[in-house]
Amino acid sequence: MPTHYYLTLSFVLFLIGSSGVLLRRNAIIVLMGIELQLNAGNLALLAYSRALGDQKGHVFAFIIIALAAAEAAVGLAILVGLFRSRQTVNLDEASLMKR
Amino acid sequence: MAFNLRLIPLLPFIGAALLLLFGRRWKRETVVLVAAAAIAGACLVAFDAFFSKLPEAAEMGGLRDVVWTWFSAGDLKVDLAFRLDALSGLLCLIITFIGFLIHVYASGYMADEPDYARFFGYLNLFCGAMLVLVLGDSLPVMFVGWEGVGLCSYLLIGFWYTDNANADAGKKAFITNRIGDFGFLLGMFLLFQYTGTLNMSDASAGAVQGSALTQPLWGMTAAFWVCLFLFIGAVGKSAQIPLYVWLPDAMAGPTPVSALIHAATMVTAGVYMVARLHALFVLAPAALAIVAIVGALTALFAAIIGFAQNDFKKVLAYSTVSQLGFMFAGVGTGNFEAGVFHLYTHAFFKAGLFLCAGSVMHAMSGSGDITIMGGLRKKIPWTHGVFFVCWLAICGLPIFSGFFSKDAIIAGAFSTEIFGADLAWVGKLVGAMLMLAALGTAFYMSRLYFLVFSGKTTRASHDIQHHIHESPGVMVGPLVILAIGAGLGGLIGAPTGLFGHPEWNFLGHTLEPVLGAELDVPHTTEIIFMLASTVLAAVGIVLAYAFYGGGYRQPAIKFAQAFPGFVQLVRDKFRVDELYDFLFIRPIKRLSKALFFVVDRIIIDKILVEGLGAAVDLVGRLSRMFQTGDGQRYMAVFAIGVAVTVIFATRPTTPGELKVRVSGLSVDVDARRGGRPSARPLEYTFDFNGDGKTDTKGINPEGHFAYEKPGKYEIKVSVVDPRWGTESHLTRTVEVR
Repeated sequence: MPTHYYLTLSFVLFLIGSSGVLLRRNAIIVLMGIELQLNAGNLALLAYSRALGDQKGHVFAFIIIALAAAEAAVGLAILVGLFRSRQTVNLDEASLMKR
Repeated sequence: MAFNLRLIPLLPFIGAALLLLFGRRWKRETVVLVAAAAIAGACLVAFDAFFSKLPEAAEMGGLRDVVWTWFSAGDLKVDLAFRLDALSGLLCLIITFIGFLIHVYASGYMADEPDYARFFGYLNLFCGAMLVLVLGDSLPVMFVGWEGVGLCSYLLIGFWYTDNANADAGKKAFITNRIGDFGFLLGMFLLFQYTGTLNMSDASAGAVQGSALTQPLWGMTAAFWVCLFLFIGAVGKSAQIPLYVWLPDAMAGPTPVSALIHAATMVTAGVYMVARLHALFVLAPAALAIVAIVGALTALFAAIIGFAQNDFKKVLAYSTVSQLGFMFAGVGTGNFEAGVFHLYTHAFFKAGLFLCAGSVMHAMSGSGDITIMGGLRKKIPWTHGVFFVCWLAICGLPIFSGFFSKDAIIAGAFSTEIFGADLAWVGKLVGAMLMLAALGTAFYMSRLYFLVFSGKTTRASHDIQHHIHESPGVMVGPLVILAIGAGLGGLIGAPTGLFGHPEWNFLGHTLEPVLGAELDVPHTTEIIFMLASTVLAAVGIVLAYAFYGGGYRQPAIKFAQAFPGFVQLVRDKFRVDELYDFLFIRPIKRLSKALFFVVDRIIIDKILVEGLGAAVDLVGRLSRMFQTGDGQRYMAVFAIGVAVTVIFATRPTTPGELKVRVSGLSVDVDARRGGRPSARPLEYTFDFNGDGKTDTKGINPEGHFAYEKPGKYEIKVSVVDPRWGTESHLTRTVEVR
């Protein structure tokens, strides 16, 4: 399969993730959008890695997976904190640092 | 010849620094000791330099001491250097000696003053600055001293600053002097522009003669303008018309200050400056004529004002203005030696008179109103004796010092030849005015003497009379020394014209290397003027006795009743202060107010200060709209930014088109995008004649082809990226001939 198929898929995934991040107001959906963006990036890295026959892309993909896990953990923790303090996960209501 | 001249001004400066920094915590005795020791040390060094070192060096321009190069810019190099020749040496002796006497006197006079150390600190500072002024070997150094004495004058006039009137008098002195100083500066700039030097030694050594200064400038010579501007500085400092108004008000300061600064030393700085730069002034006889006329006018005008003043120190102040006018008339008629001679005798008798004034006021419980005095001859005999000698000296009776110096000026004015043919009338006019002024001097000084000392009774209240007492020894001692100087000091300058013995004129031949030979006055002329001025002085004294002998007499009262308007006008000092108020002060105040409202209130406050604040506020409000705190909006902006960056970074640098060069029947084609070599291995397929068949193929982006016959051809190139499987096409039509 030509490389640009993978890249196109990656681009579409990234667009979907971005729309989730930018348009949805629910913080959990936003986190899911970020996850999608990261994985779209992973897919692009792997596609290039395969096309160029270079293993560095794989290494980066693993790093990003680890990073995404950490990000999800921290993000969810923040969400819990946010919910505790404001009883909501709607981002529009969390535009101030103080209450 | 080298000598440690810097010690002379340095000692008083050290004294001033000690007193002003630590004196507050010292005992009175320590303060006096430090102050007097500083000035006495300077005095001893000055005496040593003048009498034992100077005679050997006199012909070589005197003693010189270069401390360091002060600044050097372009052609201008100014050393912090001091020079002691006969002229500056004489002034040094006067300043340090009379300064020392006045320090001693002040220790008694200011005995009840709580701010003792500050007073003596300022006094020492003044002496130091005055010595810098006198010893400075270049105009900038002199100017430092010039400003320094102005500052000390201001500080000491306003010494009792809690009284607003005193503080105002200080400000008036300072501001009036500022006008003169501006002239001084302009004169310096002009002098430098035309001669390229500001050094005294160059000026007095005649280096300026025949230089560019004789060039025409604004209708006169350059020398004229230099001298005129410098003279404006002298007019301010030495209280001449029109800038004399500050000096009478300066009497608000303590009396020793009036004696030292506003009679004996600082106010003579202008005379000294003209004498110092005489080589410059003789180049401009017209400027000298102005100096002489201003001096004579001032001498006469101030003497007349002195007729009707009722404050002891005010009379003496106008007397000082008048006597300074005499000095300027002396130097202005080219009779520099006589001007300096009068400066020297005046320093003694006027310091003596002022210190007597202090002693009298001390006796009269601080009052200086001469209308309530009288009969003090018996009650304060020492003060009276000193005043008597100084009075005769200023009136100009024979043997007393003022006699010789005043007559040297008057006789010199009549016999001077410095003005040439077309200005010859100046000398005669000045001489005549000075004779009138001498008559006036005798009259007002005698009026003062008779009103204060003669008569049997004192017109003061009982309380004051009860307290009248002679001053303590520390005050009387200096008085007596000054009286000796005032009485006999004139003998060192006995004019050659009178006695026919040039060697008797010690002052004359001491000053000769600096100021040139004594003005040649014929024997008969000298005798005539001596007699004339003795008669004038006697007439003045007799007239004053008729009016005021033993108190207010019938003629005085009748005169006042006959011309009440005139008497009042003179008593009001011809209302010059009011005239200046109307002409200058009020317009300036109005202008200041207008500037305050327009520039300060509107431009600076509203536009610059508040406007700037409002602009920042507006920018803040606008930029706050971007800071919503909404993370998703930030991310959207970020995403847009990334998108723009990517599009910008990946756009073709030039439109992807073929570059074709035709030469004859052959073409060269370059298919590189933007003319750059590609990083990727691409395959180029060339079809030069548009027939669909490949002509060249390979990784070389350049192709060459030769046509067989002229015509229009379509060149097609397809570029394939084998790795991505992409293909792009470029087309161009060429015509070969």
